[in-house]
Amino acid sequence: MHKILLILKREYTTRVQKKSFIFLTLLMPVIMAALIILPAYFASMGDEQTRTIGVYDGSAVFLGRLENSEFTKFQFIPRDEFVSSKSDIKNSNYYALVDIEPNFLITKTVQVLSANNIAFDLKSQIKDKIQGVIEKDKMAEVVRQTAIPDLEKKLAATKTHINLDTIKVGDGGVVEKSSTEIGMVLGYIFGFMIYLFIFIYGTMVMQGVMEEKQSRIVEVIISSVRPFQLMMGKIVGIALVGLTQFALWVILGIAILTASKSFYPSPAQAHQMQNVIEQQDSMQQAGGPELDKIQDLLAMVGTINFPLIIGCFIFFFIGGYLLYSSMFAAVGSAIDVQEDAQQFMLPITLPIIVSIMVMVSALRSPDGPIAFWFSMIPFTSPIVMMARIPFGVPIWQLLLSMFLLIITFVAMVWITAKIYRTGILMYGKKPSWKELGKWLMYKS
Amino acid sequence: MELFSAKEVSKTYSSQQALTNVSVSVEEGTIFGLLGPNGAGKTTLIRIINQITAPDSGSVWLDGRPLKPGDISQIGYLPEERGLYKKMKVGEQALYLGQLKGLSRHDAMKELKIWFEKFEITSWWDKKVMELSKGMQQKVQFICTVLHKPRLLIFDEPFSGFDPINTDLITREILQLKKDGATIIFSTHNMESVEQLCDHIALIDKSKKILDGPTQEIREKYKSNIYDIAYRGSFDLKSHDLANKYNIIKHEQNGHGNRLSIQYPDGSSSRELIKDLVEQVELISFNEVIPSMNEVFIKVVKQNS
Repeated sequence: MHKILLILKREYTTRVQKKSFIFLTLLMPVIMAALIILPAYFASMGDEQTRTIGVYDGSAVFLGRLENSEFTKFQFIPRDEFVSSKSDIKNSNYYALVDIEPNFLITKTVQVLSANNIAFDLKSQIKDKIQGVIEKDKMAEVVRQTAIPDLEKKLAATKTHINLDTIKVGDGGVVEKSSTEIGMVLGYIFGFMIYLFIFIYGTMVMQGVMEEKQSRIVEVIISSVRPFQLMMGKIVGIALVGLTQFALWVILGIAILTASKSFYPSPAQAHQMQNVIEQQDSMQQAGGPELDKIQDLLAMVGTINFPLIIGCFIFFFIGGYLLYSSMFAAVGSAIDVQEDAQQFMLPITLPIIVSIMVMVSALRSPDGPIAFWFSMIPFTSPIVMMARIPFGVPIWQLLLSMFLLIITFVAMVWITAKIYRTGILMYGKKPSWKELGKWLMYKS
Repeated sequence: MELFSAKEVSKTYSSQQALTNVSVSVEEGTIFGLLGPNGAGKTTLIRIINQITAPDSGSVWLDGRPLKPGDISQIGYLPEERGLYKKMKVGEQALYLGQLKGLSRHDAMKELKIWFEKFEITSWWDKKVMELSKGMQQKVQFICTVLHKPRLLIFDEPFSGFDPINTDLITREILQLKKDGATIIFSTHNMESVEQLCDHIALIDKSKKILDGPTQEIREKYKSNIYDIAYRGSFDLKSHDLANKYNIIKHEQNGHGNRLSIQYPDGSSSRELIKDLVEQVELISFNEVIPSMNEVFIKVVKQNS
């Protein structure tokens, strides 16, 4: 036991001290943060340039009725200025020109001319403003003709937004608000994380075993410790590297999330903004749908059983990792050079890739037969079961899946240790599957 | 006193017989040469001693009781296929290997200081192994093997990769270790160093032990009635009886030193040879030729095939 700890310590410290580890651990959250923050940042600083739009109103419906907004000014111009600006739009005073035809009320078509493609935002702004004017006119006409009192207000009151609450009914009729969207996102994140960790750290185990074999240090070491101790020390040491990286990412992630909040409006700020909008527009109904959504989301995040998910994540990470890394260790022991790894890698990586594909379908139908069976098969269960857990999995299924995983990895570690023990001392032989089978039968 | 022995050890790898009923006995405080052609089974026997593999049948003994896992700390092994972690620092790595053999960090540090000073390599401590030359790496490896003061040392081709100066250094260290009471099993193809170092040898060929005994006795045993003779005067061998009776291996006749290598047939004796010679010439010297280990090795292995 003491010697396993020594090996574990070496495996752990040499990797954690590596520049590449520190670099990747720090860089990953920065990349993630950049992906989250930069778009928001750019959006917030986006259109701070005031643009003047030249409008030629042939129909004379809109004159003076297009309201300026903060960065967009509408200026109505006569025909000749419009024509001269159009011929040399780049050097004109206008960012874009709007051409409203004299028979606009019939054609309902407006042309926007500009030197460059205009932004989607600006385009919809122009469209909304023109539509707003027409709708207002029509509404006024209807109100005038029907002469029903307060019609305007009554019509506005017909606008409705509905909320679709999905409710999960637990044992004994306990009712919980659930969210399919949140389940999917969490299922995807955790399933994918297990996939990533098995791959990254499984290959790291293989590389480590190969390094020991290639540098010929392995015989020196196994004259001091049993091959099984060396293999387990390495596997557990690297698992700790993985968990360290995961923990660091969680900490950095929280830090970055906190920092990035300053770029997004907080719920309180959002509420204030909503109020301002409501005050400005008397037609707007109280309680914006967006705000409801945020509050719902927060409520639903609260109902998710995070201790269960994190607990299961750690279990399935360790179980899946042990299962696969022991196979990676056996492959690493069998080969002399990296190129020989190919033929053995495929059967190992195939179930992992299948898992990730099944995971996607399991997220859509977490209780379907595919999701069920693949979350029972130990080679795919760590990823598929992890994807199902946020949706709620019957306890017997969870326990059965865990039980099968434990049995399988114990058996797999036992088998691979036998291959490993023989493989690390074999040089110059390009091994075949048959050869590996033979090694399995050797007496220790 | 016997420190180590293997009794009737056999080992088979799938269809290949690696060892067949091999028994060896190693006396405490001696150097035991384990010889044999490539693929004879030496490495398998060494791995069995290190408990890297277990024999199919037979037993291995240390200090008069069966070898057990805890004995690892009493054994130091320098394998033929050896290396170090390339990216690890020399000192850190030596400490690690010492600790794996059961030394505390503190003791390992203390011993390493002594050895590094003795070999004048203290400046390598913080270097990465890949920055060292092959010979330098071998030195570090030698230190790691003997660091924990094992009672039984196993050296498999310890001189490979060393220049003559370092070979000499390691030879002296091995002899010093023996003087300090260590027992050494020494496997090599370099027969000169066997003559120089080994008290006792065993030769394994095709999985079987075919020769075993004290080095000097074995060489004596394989002498083949050949004598080197120096004489004064001159005589014509061809016109003489001697050429029929004896096998003339070499004959040089010039001004001052006349020399003759001659072999008498079985059934004859050195006394008869001398008698025949003194009748002809004045003898200056008469020496029996003792075969080198190299000659013994080749002869025995050829006979066995």
